Amino acid sequence: MKSMEVVRLTDEAELKQFMTRLLQRSPAQETEVMVTEDDSALTRFANNGIHQNVAERDATVRVRVVKDGKTGVASINQMSEAAAADVLKRAVAIADLQPRSEVVPMPGPAAARRVDAWSDATASATPEERADFVETVCAKAGRAGLKAFGAFSTSAGQFAIANSLGVYNHQRSTQATVNSVVMGDAGSGYADRGAIDVRELDKNELADEVIDKAQRNQNAQPVDPGIYEVVLEEYAVAEMLEFMSFMGFGALAVQEERSFMRLGEQITGEQVNIFDDGLDRTGIPSSFDFEGVPKQRVELIKNGVASGLVYDMQTATKEGRQSTGHGLPAPNTEGPFAVNLFMKPGSAAKADLASDIKRGIWVTRFWYVRVVHPKASIITGMTREGTFLIENGKITRPVKDLRFTQSILEALNGTLALTRSTKLQVSEYIGAARVPAARLKAFEFTS
Amino acid sequence: MKDLAEAALNAAQVKGASYADVRLDEHVTQDIIVKNGQLAAVSDDASEGFGVRVIVDGAWGFAGSARLDKAEVEQVTDRAIRIARASARVRSAPVDLGPPVTSRGHYRTPLERDPFAVPLAEKVDLLLRADAAMGSVKGVTIREGSMEFIRQAKLFASTEGAFIEQELFESGAGIEATATSPDDVQNRSYPNSFGRHQGSAGYEYITALELDRHAGRIAEEAVALLSAPQCPSGVKTLILDASQTALQIHESCGHPTELDRVFGMEAAYAGTSFMTPEKLNHLQYGSRNVTITADALTPTGLGTFGWDDEGIPAQRTFLIKDGLFVGYLTSRETASVLGQQSNGTMRADGWNRIPLIRMTNVNLEPGDSSLAEMVSETKDGVYMETNRSWSIDDKRLNFQFGTQLAYEVINGKRGRMLKNATYAGITPEFWNSCDAVGGRAEWRVWGLANCGKGQPPQVAHVAHGAAPARFQHVKVGILK
Repeated sequence: MKSMEVVRLTDEAELKQFMTRLLQRSPAQETEVMVTEDDSALTRFANNGIHQNVAERDATVRVRVVKDGKTGVASINQMSEAAAADVLKRAVAIADLQPRSEVVPMPGPAAARRVDAWSDATASATPEERADFVETVCAKAGRAGLKAFGAFSTSAGQFAIANSLGVYNHQRSTQATVNSVVMGDAGSGYADRGAIDVRELDKNELADEVIDKAQRNQNAQPVDPGIYEVVLEEYAVAEMLEFMSFMGFGALAVQEERSFMRLGEQITGEQVNIFDDGLDRTGIPSSFDFEGVPKQRVELIKNGVASGLVYDMQTATKEGRQSTGHGLPAPNTEGPFAVNLFMKPGSAAKADLASDIKRGIWVTRFWYVRVVHPKASIITGMTREGTFLIENGKITRPVKDLRFTQSILEALNGTLALTRSTKLQVSEYIGAARVPAARLKAFEFTS
Repeated sequence: MKDLAEAALNAAQVKGASYADVRLDEHVTQDIIVKNGQLAAVSDDASEGFGVRVIVDGAWGFAGSARLDKAEVEQVTDRAIRIARASARVRSAPVDLGPPVTSRGHYRTPLERDPFAVPLAEKVDLLLRADAAMGSVKGVTIREGSMEFIRQAKLFASTEGAFIEQELFESGAGIEATATSPDDVQNRSYPNSFGRHQGSAGYEYITALELDRHAGRIAEEAVALLSAPQCPSGVKTLILDASQTALQIHESCGHPTELDRVFGMEAAYAGTSFMTPEKLNHLQYGSRNVTITADALTPTGLGTFGWDDEGIPAQRTFLIKDGLFVGYLTSRETASVLGQQSNGTMRADGWNRIPLIRMTNVNLEPGDSSLAEMVSETKDGVYMETNRSWSIDDKRLNFQFGTQLAYEVINGKRGRMLKNATYAGITPEFWNSCDAVGGRAEWRVWGLANCGKGQPPQVAHVAHGAAPARFQHVKVGILK
């Protein structure tokens, strides 16, 4: 197959032909083929130098067949005709060997609005450009008597899905992310950025933020655990949203009675508005899901009221409604997943968030967050790389990292202010969230 | 395959690499999920490709591709060389790998029954029987069972003359029952949490689990938990079952003894470690009951292999000996900084990733107690079983774990079932409070197939030999 010069992705027309041939060859009543192709690179640095530097090129061809009421799924990471024949044969063999069971329906064709998620600059980023970026961060840290650590990645890929009912959707996308920890002898700071276009990542701005945070976070002293008023920076707010999505925004979690979402009820403070929108380019957009269904915007929490859920084909069929375009790749027993999250901003300036707090805690970010009780939306985790005491409206000193054990809904119920500015936070796993920083009335630190 | 490996090594040397290695890797994974009486998923995933790792001007470069042909090998090796030259512009000290490694040989996971030769119907039937047993218990709302089988063929060759072929197998399975009420959700799983219990073994490993025999019990426990009292808060004696002890080892001993973490190589992601080099041979990490080894020779362990991904032979080494911190998990590069030789823990999770220091089988060596004895000796305590949540700070000191099931232990007897049990502590204080470890009869190897590390992310399959263990003066019942 011919390839693009820079990132070496297969030409779209050729990709479509490959998928069409595979569908035509299938003996099953219904067949779906999904192809992902990625060319990515990551430069990692520690102690002010690059210590790992990698690149890869991979593809996945995933085939789902439905034959005589039985489903088989197989995948392979090759895009040759021989590989296509092999993966189809394996999927059919799996279907043939199993008992009849519930079949997840495939969607029919529906036009997905194209979204621009591509940057030539990101797709053509070189190892030298990544090294230049890293060099700036390391040099600035070094001049401040500090050490920089982190990773800078650029990737380009394409994702296409087609089925025998006539669905064909294709999207190509790029992503650039950088994160950095800067350490002194007695403390550290953190900053990260993510964008479709690598040129939006400003190396000086990132370096200045993380170095400033590290300098202010030296010689932290312990503070008693307990319930504090808090300011959560965008890093921490985004992580809370991601865990809400994981625990409860999907329809399957509600159908299985394990979600915190009580539709129609006030579950957080009125200032809280959370929605999922795969078409908003201020996030990391995707115009269709892993079943080929176009993305719909879904209001999840509106003025504090639980107002909607995301659906895939299986959960939508169960309720006799349309999928919202939030399906994951087959076979999927986890249900639909909201991956393009937004929290509506407020009106506060970030610099003013602490100004009315008599005694509170400023949290830069969370670390190692885990679910303690999904139905009560309780999570635990640590603060990391920038936890500060707020006294009489001012940040007065860094404090040792604290462990929290807290219900997210109860925390958001005490939302006192949200910033008017927002930050895009690319998930470590899948998707992204654009969120403001928040001031919350009560947050429980347990050790 | 050998031709492609030689082509990569030749190209790397011609283009200026002072060291190069190449790994060709083929993975096949079969996953089966049964949910609520239905076969919910069967998938068969294959991935193959190669990765070239080079040192140029004292700095690392790596590139990988799924295309297995000579032209691609040339192109990918070029890419690795270019990346290494870019690394060299911003490097610290030049990479020193220590003495050359020239291992040659072949290794295959010992197994009795090839899991890929077992009919799908036999596997599905076992899961459906376990599902039916869970479904017969009133009040269970979600039942799920799964199996996973992996076959990995990999070839490693280096410019130092190493040439190794390995064929590794894994088999895993597990079941889970969930019960819900309007304001609560409780679950029980068997044999472990995290979806399943997995080992480097054949299908005989699955048969021995007897999933159907344990299904009814866990379903009943899940339902009973809904009406069980909350685990009380306080400072008490804590007895952990073997699987939770295994996770405690993983998080609070396995990770902090990874020498790359100690040197800051993971600082921006997974974090660093409190077990810094000046503490080696000085820190009393735990009580004299605590001896922890890294043993890549442990039968059925997910960290069992012939050689690591730098060609170092599998071996057994002490991390903690009679409570004293005596060793790290190392790579060639990190070991040479301490004037040591690698103890063989470098593993990549596929052809497209560089090897990182990963736990092998990090085992708490058996003691001389037993669960019954620990309970009988306890006046005021809590017994906790099967992990439900886990969290630890970036230096691996401050931890909090929750378990699916707990019982109060009063005056030497097991009392009421407790729900939402949690405990918290600081690593060395916790392990120094360990006053009993179960013996060989209760010691078992627990596979963890979800250990995350690195950027880009990698998932390692590791294991921990553990028996039940007892700890004194532990804070329990954090969730009120």
